[in-house]
Amino acid sequence: MIPEIGQFALILGMVFALVQTVVPLAGAHFGIASWVAVAKPAARVQLLFVAISFIALSWSFLTHDFSVKYVAVNSNTALPTFYLLSAVWGAHEGSLVLWALVLSIWTTSVTVFSRSIPPVTLARVLGVMGFISVGFILFILVTSNPFERLVPAAMEGRDLNPLLQDIGLILHPPLLYMGYVGFVVPFSFAIAAMLGGHLDAAWARWSRPWTHVAWVFLTLGILLGSWWAYYELGWGGWWFWDPVENSSFIPWLVGTALMHSLAVTEKRGTFKAWTVLLAIFTFSLSLLGTFLVRSGVLTSVHAFASDPARGTFILIFLAVVVGGSLLIYSWRASQIRSYVHFDLLSRETGLLLNNVFFVVAAISILLGTLYPLIVDALGIGKISVGPPYFNSVFLPLMVPMVILLGIGPLLRWKRDSFSRIWPKIWLIAVISLVVGPLIPLLAMGPYEIRATFGMMLAIWVLGATLKSLFEQTRGRGFATVSRSFWGMILGHIGVAVFIVGITLTSVYSTEKDLRLDPGDSYELAGFKFQFDGTTKIIGKNYSGTKAKLTVTKNGKYIATMEPEKRNYRVQKQPLTEAAIDAGLFRDLFVALGEPLGSKGAWSVRIYHKPFLRWIWLGALIMALGGLFAASDRRYRKLAGRAKKQRAVTIEAVS
Amino acid sequence: MKARKKRFIVILVGLGALGLASWLVFNALGNNMSYFYSPTEVVQKKAPEDHLFRLGGMVVKGSIQRGQELTVRFAVTDTANVVNVEYTGILPDLFDEEQGVIAQGKLNSMGVFIASEVLAKHDEKYMPPEVADALEKAGNMKTDVPAAELQNDS
Repeated sequence: MIPEIGQFALILGMVFALVQTVVPLAGAHFGIASWVAVAKPAARVQLLFVAISFIALSWSFLTHDFSVKYVAVNSNTALPTFYLLSAVWGAHEGSLVLWALVLSIWTTSVTVFSRSIPPVTLARVLGVMGFISVGFILFILVTSNPFERLVPAAMEGRDLNPLLQDIGLILHPPLLYMGYVGFVVPFSFAIAAMLGGHLDAAWARWSRPWTHVAWVFLTLGILLGSWWAYYELGWGGWWFWDPVENSSFIPWLVGTALMHSLAVTEKRGTFKAWTVLLAIFTFSLSLLGTFLVRSGVLTSVHAFASDPARGTFILIFLAVVVGGSLLIYSWRASQIRSYVHFDLLSRETGLLLNNVFFVVAAISILLGTLYPLIVDALGIGKISVGPPYFNSVFLPLMVPMVILLGIGPLLRWKRDSFSRIWPKIWLIAVISLVVGPLIPLLAMGPYEIRATFGMMLAIWVLGATLKSLFEQTRGRGFATVSRSFWGMILGHIGVAVFIVGITLTSVYSTEKDLRLDPGDSYELAGFKFQFDGTTKIIGKNYSGTKAKLTVTKNGKYIATMEPEKRNYRVQKQPLTEAAIDAGLFRDLFVALGEPLGSKGAWSVRIYHKPFLRWIWLGALIMALGGLFAASDRRYRKLAGRAKKQRAVTIEAVS
Repeated sequence: MKARKKRFIVILVGLGALGLASWLVFNALGNNMSYFYSPTEVVQKKAPEDHLFRLGGMVVKGSIQRGQELTVRFAVTDTANVVNVEYTGILPDLFDEEQGVIAQGKLNSMGVFIASEVLAKHDEKYMPPEVADALEKAGNMKTDVPAAELQNDS
């Protein structure tokens, strides 16, 4: 009964999404106030029904209803309760219901925080969001119904994929989806503005906080994915340039460009057409990401079993969304030209270049990700593009970008001069050129030119960012600094920390695969790993082997590490649970391979990874910056005080 | 500065960035692409002898030999032909006999594929599209497990 209620609620959700699309858009077009007023309630009722559907699915998991196929395939009575709930989005069908739920949450949030937006504009925004919702729920109902019954019902479930029985994977998909789907808000605002013909600064101001929040979620989602891959996949890598990872990273890059471009549109009224285009592409690339991950067209170390028929549906939907938006864009583009001029040396130019680099980087990653698909579709052969491609394209593009990042915030809007800027930056440049080489030379062991280069960039970013904070607060104190400015400062400091992390980890990590007999020891990067043998372990739904290694440095005890090799009973799937001794300046990582011979020897993988945590710390600081920017006073003031507002924004330069 | 000159410089910088990016892209693509070959194609000597490529198929039952050290030997088949593979290191969790596998590496002079990387996958139902395709070409596609079997699993 419950699953049928869930499915029925989902159908009703789609009906209300349809109402939310058609009635308000028509009302806005023909100027019928009562139709326009339908938007808000329709959106909220849609959330209600999608939520009921989601709860019904969760209920089927909690009560072990194995007459539901999706539950039977992805759950088990022995599965801990904690994972029963995360199993809801552990596979394709349920993760789509989560997608739809997240979309209605965003939609309803827009109805709640939109008091300053004219009803007609809001009706258009909600109409566009409703259209996306119709498409997605239809997709679920037609190709991936999670409530499909299994006749006869299974006695026991097949269990959740052991890799997904983990805290990282409980949080990763919801956060990622909040980010992906969140870009629907700036997208809908852009389409609504074009439909209404009013592409002014107000549009950018409404979109900005939403874009920031979506970006924060996406950043955190990618961060968690990277962290999870590091400790759970048992390979010790933090980024693989895998197609699935790329499909979340590409929207992130374009979304970052959008965030910066919106700043210019709000403050200066320029870049309007470009910003609209970015808003369209950010969301379209999020959809494309969903398509790539869910269609099964990719060969990926991350790929899960999937069904190509679904791919066709998303591809058509994608074509409608992208094609439709671009059609509206080409119809309106001539009317959204900007008339504000700026000089070559100005903050506008800096942000324009920022956008160029981010977009070009996104395109080259997209190309590397899609190239194998294109080649395959043309029947030329089956190829794969490896991580070295992405490194050798992405890194050179980011270097000028990062140098620019230091200068950009110090530049004035509209017009600046070299003679004004030079005194501010020369000292920072000298310091980074001098201190950069010293860090790898004095603190890191063998000298490496790549480490020097990375350190120079990190110090440059940090120095220049602190300089712009100093400029902003000089004579005024910290109290006057807007949250939006703090957001920028934190975001950029995050970049500096991130650069330190990836540079030192990539350059100075050491790893070794080796055979260890009980009693053997091996020394790596000054740490002595002593293998004390293995014991048997039994968990709730698995059994396995646990090894014990004692780590010492110069005879001093550092840690006891206990990596495990588990065998999950139902899925009959082995799983390597690595042991990690984490630290701010280095991670030690041990993973078990296979038993070798009969005398208790094992193959073991050992890593020493300096500064690994700084990568995630950097991303975390960036996300914090995004939160600061999103919570700026002027957005909160917007509600009901739109007029008084204008003066404040012109003052606050960030 | 005049608007026209400014626009000219902006366009120039944009084209420069685009040029740099395309040069990077095509250079990197050329060096980092690896083609996929099935065991049949390898046996027919269609695979390159001095370049990295990917080999995919099913691991032959009973072919996995683990020694005292880290080197593992196994054979990969598309049901028509067999290629021997050698890999030194730790294999991914889901590597097993009669499972789909993709390995990246080179052929040595003896015709043994020396793998530098063996790819993992996330769940036991997943079959890399290349492998599925190779098996299909060889005329023997493993069919999906029907849902009714669910009961027998537990």
